[in-house]
Amino acid sequence: MATSTQPAITPLAIRAPRSLLQDVLARLLKDPVVVLCVLYLTVLVVVAINPAAFAPLSYETTSFPDKLAPPGAYATSEKLEGFRYIFGADRLGRDILSRLIYGTRVSMAVALLGASISFLIGVTYGLVAGYSRARIDNVMMRIVDIIYAYPTLILIILLQVFLTSLAQQPAENLNTVQNLLVTLDLRSGGLFFVFVAIGAVSWLNMARLTRGQTLHYREQEFVQAAHLVGANDRRIMGRHLLPNIIGTCIVAETLAIPAYIYTEAFLSFIGLGVQPPLPSWGSMIADGYGALRSAPHVIFFPALALSLTMLAFNFLGDAIRDAMDPKLRNR
Amino acid sequence: MLRVIIRRLLWFIPVFFVVTGLTFVTMHALPGGPFDSDKTPPALIQQMEEVFGLNRPVQEQYLIWLSNVAQLKFGPSLSARGKPVESFLLPGLAVSAQLGLFALLFALAVGVPAGIAAAMHRGSWRDRSATLVAIIGVSVPAIVLGPVLQYIFALRLGWLPVAQWESLSEGPIPYLSHIILPAVTLGAGLSAIIARLTRASMLSVLGEDYIRTAHAKGLARRTVTVRHALRNALIPVVTYLGPLAAAVLTGSLVVEQIFAIPGMGRYFVSSISARDYPMVMAVVVLYALIIVGVNLVVDILYTVIDPRIGHGN
Repeated sequence: MATSTQPAITPLAIRAPRSLLQDVLARLLKDPVVVLCVLYLTVLVVVAINPAAFAPLSYETTSFPDKLAPPGAYATSEKLEGFRYIFGADRLGRDILSRLIYGTRVSMAVALLGASISFLIGVTYGLVAGYSRARIDNVMMRIVDIIYAYPTLILIILLQVFLTSLAQQPAENLNTVQNLLVTLDLRSGGLFFVFVAIGAVSWLNMARLTRGQTLHYREQEFVQAAHLVGANDRRIMGRHLLPNIIGTCIVAETLAIPAYIYTEAFLSFIGLGVQPPLPSWGSMIADGYGALRSAPHVIFFPALALSLTMLAFNFLGDAIRDAMDPKLRNR
Repeated sequence: MLRVIIRRLLWFIPVFFVVTGLTFVTMHALPGGPFDSDKTPPALIQQMEEVFGLNRPVQEQYLIWLSNVAQLKFGPSLSARGKPVESFLLPGLAVSAQLGLFALLFALAVGVPAGIAAAMHRGSWRDRSATLVAIIGVSVPAIVLGPVLQYIFALRLGWLPVAQWESLSEGPIPYLSHIILPAVTLGAGLSAIIARLTRASMLSVLGEDYIRTAHAKGLARRTVTVRHALRNALIPVVTYLGPLAAAVLTGSLVVEQIFAIPGMGRYFVSSISARDYPMVMAVVVLYALIIVGVNLVVDILYTVIDPRIGHGN
């Protein structure tokens, strides 16, 4: 009798149905590196919201006798008696740790705002272009192509020079709109114009991606079915196309964040970014660069912070992409 | 093929007008003029502006500029007292091009083999470490990598010069020793991108049926990899060369700044703040030309590598 050797029929594993989001989250949280990245970025965000609560000193506090003090050195001046420069001091005797903490705010703001501007404009633009008739689509995408032919960094630099020169004008020479922009910029320590410059070019890639995805999905049966039951264009775009596209866009946006952070850092590095004394990691790197030979620690910490943050976003973006890839699901 | 080229070239016309028009208007909207920084009397400034036609309306200046460009005259540099713009830009372009070429070579030489190795040994430690290094590579920006390399190889070890540029006429050794650090700085991020791209495309090609067929025919693993898989896997890499060249261009702006290299990028930043209008315009036109030109070359390369493209339609 061969029946005894027959394998017992194992019942199909039954599990509660999970939504895509739950599935993705569950898979993401299994990866310790991802958890580490999320923790690190959370700490940065918390610090960025209220840097004053974490920084031991203000970013402006100078103490010339302590200039270029090595990490771990104690302050020599009386007013800072007993204070320890954990990461050392820069060429004006400012505490590097405190400046690093305030610099977090700049990088996180650029990451958040750059991503939101690019996402909102880019996805809307791409969705409308991809869903519209061929002629409108053509015109919209040619506009993108033309701006694309302009080297982005050059465009950003040009815009930034233009905007910062506005800020140096006497107020009576400006019209209302310009005045509002300049006020916003002054209030944000020169950050606002960095946002505008980055925002002006960052949406192009997202628009292209969204359009491609829209073209792919718009001819599929579920869209035709939606048409058939009388859904209008807005509903089809918002309810049927967008949910299919948005995952890809989120991944692309996460992977684009390091570029925004870097653009701001570079602008500040060449002196076109945030206005001193407000610290940004980029301007701190530029500061430290001048003392590369004599005091390498001044450049070390902001450089490390910048690289780690970009690394964390890259890791996270990669992991989200893998987690959303249906081919790798249920692995 | 010819039609593609002609279409591409025609496409440059609107790009040219938008790019130059936008730059022209922005530059002239900037407060201050090219002669402000001098302690020149206002009368003299006025005279100078008259000589260079800066007192005319902007649209008229733009038209004059256009007609000059049509005769390939980019005008005199305003900050260097009338020397023609080309006499600065052409040497600058030559320097930037050499730097970019070395950076591209470095990126390809590192990225492609790394990507292939990672794909061939998928999931192994080699794949994992290549992927990790690639992520780190794209995450360490030039303003970090440049100073780090300078500190280690120039200041600490003393193997290479910190910065500056030597032309090839000074001998190959000084030339190469000055170019290594900036080229690696510029190429590192790109090599990481190329490695990821090569890996992904190699993996998808290796899963194709014709690869299995080639194996089934009993071909050597090496032959299959190189002759069958690699050729197809490199197509996405080649198409990426266009955006890559653009990245090299703008990236070189950063690297030239760090390594004090007299390339085009440095002229661009300095000429904007000096309000040297002809110089800015020439640089922007040059950049746009290069980007359009590179994309054209990539399109041609594309049809050479993959004969299916271009014949069908």
